[in-house]
Amino acid sequence: MSTQQAIDASPSGDASVRDVVNAHTPFRYDRLILWVALGALLANFGWIVANNENFEWPVVGRYFFDPTVMQGLYVSLGLTVVAMVLGIALGLVLAVARMSTDRLASTLSAWFIWFFRGTPLLVQLIFWYNLSTLFPVLSISIPFGPTLASWDTNSVITPMTAAIAGLALNEAAYMAEIIRGGLLSVDRGQSETAEAFGMTRARALWRVIIPQAMRSIVPPTGNQLISMIKATSLVSVIAMADLLYSVQSIYNRTFEIIPMLMVAVIWYLLITSILNVGQGYIERYYSRGDRRTGKDGPAEKPTNTTMAEEATH
Amino acid sequence: MSAPDTREPLVRARNVHKAFESLEVLKGIDLDVMPGEVVVILGPSGSGKSTFLRCINHLEAIGRGSIMVGGEQIGYRMKDGRLVRLSANAIARQRRRIGMVFQQFNLYPHMTVLQNIIEAPVGVHGESRASAVENAKRLLARVGLSEKIDSYPRQLSGGQQQRVAIARALAIRPDLMLFDEPTSALDPELVGEVLNTMRDLARQGLTMIVVTHEIGFAREAADRVVFMDDGVIVEQGTPDAVLGNPQHPRTKAFLARFL
Repeated sequence: MSTQQAIDASPSGDASVRDVVNAHTPFRYDRLILWVALGALLANFGWIVANNENFEWPVVGRYFFDPTVMQGLYVSLGLTVVAMVLGIALGLVLAVARMSTDRLASTLSAWFIWFFRGTPLLVQLIFWYNLSTLFPVLSISIPFGPTLASWDTNSVITPMTAAIAGLALNEAAYMAEIIRGGLLSVDRGQSETAEAFGMTRARALWRVIIPQAMRSIVPPTGNQLISMIKATSLVSVIAMADLLYSVQSIYNRTFEIIPMLMVAVIWYLLITSILNVGQGYIERYYSRGDRRTGKDGPAEKPTNTTMAEEATH
Repeated sequence: MSAPDTREPLVRARNVHKAFESLEVLKGIDLDVMPGEVVVILGPSGSGKSTFLRCINHLEAIGRGSIMVGGEQIGYRMKDGRLVRLSANAIARQRRRIGMVFQQFNLYPHMTVLQNIIEAPVGVHGESRASAVENAKRLLARVGLSEKIDSYPRQLSGGQQQRVAIARALAIRPDLMLFDEPTSALDPELVGEVLNTMRDLARQGLTMIVVTHEIGFAREAADRVVFMDDGVIVEQGTPDAVLGNPQHPRTKAFLARFL
């Protein structure tokens, strides 16, 4: 009973001291030491790299905005955007088909994913590029019936179309599985509710399911986008002048291999850094229904009202 | 006993059977619901009452029998004297005048309260946005949540979410409202606000089928109480008859637990 009284008695006296608003976080010296040590190590490494003559930094600077490099950068970025957009669009179709109750659609989708995920991208690119040796003429016709239209394969499959087809179809197979995972993560009750309200499946998907699935689709898609940027360097084998191909074409002439590769590396890092920032914004947009308090930002600090309540005791 | 009703029933269920795999959940349900009638379905867990409710708007397909709503057979139509299954989009069209309120509220979490309410009127019924917003404001006032119009569902209490869900179902101007255990997921102190809203609707002549465990609500608001057990309707009648003077031993045993 006496201890009970002590507890009861104390708050009135030291209420403001006990108020967690006034709490201090102890300073962590161990963390500071780690930060300093790690910072020193990194600075030292940076210094060594910056002063290493073998990197030939002046050459890096000279070629960084070289027209050939810029041209290659445009090709890499353009390929990435086109292949990614096509890959996501086709991936969405494949994911929906894969989950559909229609056996034909789900089987076709499963086979597509099986094939394009199961073979190396490099091999797919080379196959697309050499399609004319397998099928010299591409035609649209009724199976076993008359031909409606035909084209010479070599005029259709340029390095550009081979690269886009290879990258996009491969990407679609991966995106299909990412999107399917996202769609599955949405509570079953949501599609049921949309159904009960008379929405068609397409509308339910578009308005209710996909916006919620985006939260788990965006992070791995960011991953895919970044690996796509680097995967575009594979198209150098089919004579597409992408970023890597263009720095190679320069160092084949000048033999400044390392500095030219550094040009490519720094460009790749710059682009992926920008994409990381963009991904952060997209993620925040799709988690908007998830915040418990006001429009944005974390929960507000305890305000005067809670303090006032305390004071009235 | 009131005078014999000559109107057509809004809902007519005949010999409804439903099985999940080998588990028989509904074993021949016959039920007519008149326009404006409030029917409360009671029964122990696993009696099939929620499943029956979900069959009425074809969220579950039935295995035998037939269900008519407003003169249309749900999920099927007659063509050249034969019964043909409807396409998913045709079934979606049949559901347009049936509102539903779920146990877990199922509000769309990525939309604000207003967006939740106008989604079906604008997107499914083709109502203009302005008139849907107008109607949504009126409905929110009716369920007492006008100030929450721009909130997201997760910022609301369970009781508030369920009242928004009721407003959302009313927004499609339903001929029939289905309530699937609307208070079962709520904290006890929040049950009252939802039941009050439902009582108001019952008084205004909305046709309602309510699956619930709230005996008190059945007694006050129901025109008819239906007691289900083990996939069949065991007993039905006025609240006074079924709740006050149950005839069947299973009804008696069930009600004894609430005394």
